[in-house]
Amino acid sequence: MSKRVILLLPIAVFAVLVVAFVWGLAPDRDPSRVPSAMVDKPAPDFDLPAVTGLEIPGLKTADLNGDVMLVNFFASWCVPCRVEHPVFMDLAAKGDVKLVAINYRDKPADAVAWLAELGNPYSRIGADLTARTGIDWGVSGVPETYIIDSEGRIRYQHIGPMQVSDYEETIRPLIEELKQ
Amino acid sequence: MTPRPFTRLLPGLLMPLAALAFAWSALAVEPDEILDDPELEARARELSEDIRCLVCQNENIDSSNAELAKDLRVLVRERLVAGDSDQQVLDYLVERYGDFVLLNPPFKPQTYLLWFGPAAILLLGGLAVAAYFRQRGREAGAGPAPTPDLNAEERKRLNALLKDEGRA
Repeated sequence: MSKRVILLLPIAVFAVLVVAFVWGLAPDRDPSRVPSAMVDKPAPDFDLPAVTGLEIPGLKTADLNGDVMLVNFFASWCVPCRVEHPVFMDLAAKGDVKLVAINYRDKPADAVAWLAELGNPYSRIGADLTARTGIDWGVSGVPETYIIDSEGRIRYQHIGPMQVSDYEETIRPLIEELKQ
Repeated sequence: MTPRPFTRLLPGLLMPLAALAFAWSALAVEPDEILDDPELEARARELSEDIRCLVCQNENIDSSNAELAKDLRVLVRERLVAGDSDQQVLDYLVERYGDFVLLNPPFKPQTYLLWFGPAAILLLGGLAVAAYFRQRGREAGAGPAPTPDLNAEERKRLNALLKDEGRA
């Protein structure tokens, strides 16, 4: 009996390894992704001025209360931000959700030119020149997008550019759920 | 002018190497970041070595040149100057970036597998080896199975064979 158990042992070890490798090599697993620590916490305290040269107001914690909204961290020097920008332009045109932004470690003039070229989907933009507010939000790089519920609490952190599929599959259902 | 002996040249040759060694240890920390208080600065350096740079992820912020690493180094120093303990500084960062920001994983239920795993595997391996040797020892102790006695007919054949051999 115990001999049979020993004979089965290599198969059991092999099965464990297969499970570990399948998990480790799964195409949708990104080991460099920084796990979100801010989800379900209230948005941090901040008060950012407007981007110089834009006629859009700045952004502070109190502005996040009262409505479900997206907070997008972007910068003119960030190439993936350019990739995701049409998704936000489309969102703003539809008017499904309020969209605000934090301009991360950017030169105001560059940000102004960037928005003039690609369009501005945001109703408020705070200028985070030192990236200190970014650290308070747990931002590790741009672009990142947060979903804030009507009580000003962070409900989701999207890291990297927002693809149409990300929006349709993850973001939109969550926004609809939060709006109810 | 007589050529100088090599031993007298040696300090001159080693000096740039020594300078390089020092430059290496302070590659990322920029002069304007360094605190005036050497004690606080030493604490900042030690803390920085255990904080992961979230951009170039397998480097600590002390050796990373990423802008975020620089911001975090400055932040660590600011908090130390403000009177935070080392643990408070780490807690501040963990609150924002999670345990991922720590290069030294904390000891808690979610990380028991990480901390105890290698010891558990070693223990299992040791038990397997012990079981193997015990089994082998038991087999060796028993010795070969005893030969059954010959019956009458076999004995007769054996005697015949031995007789043949004696004659040859």
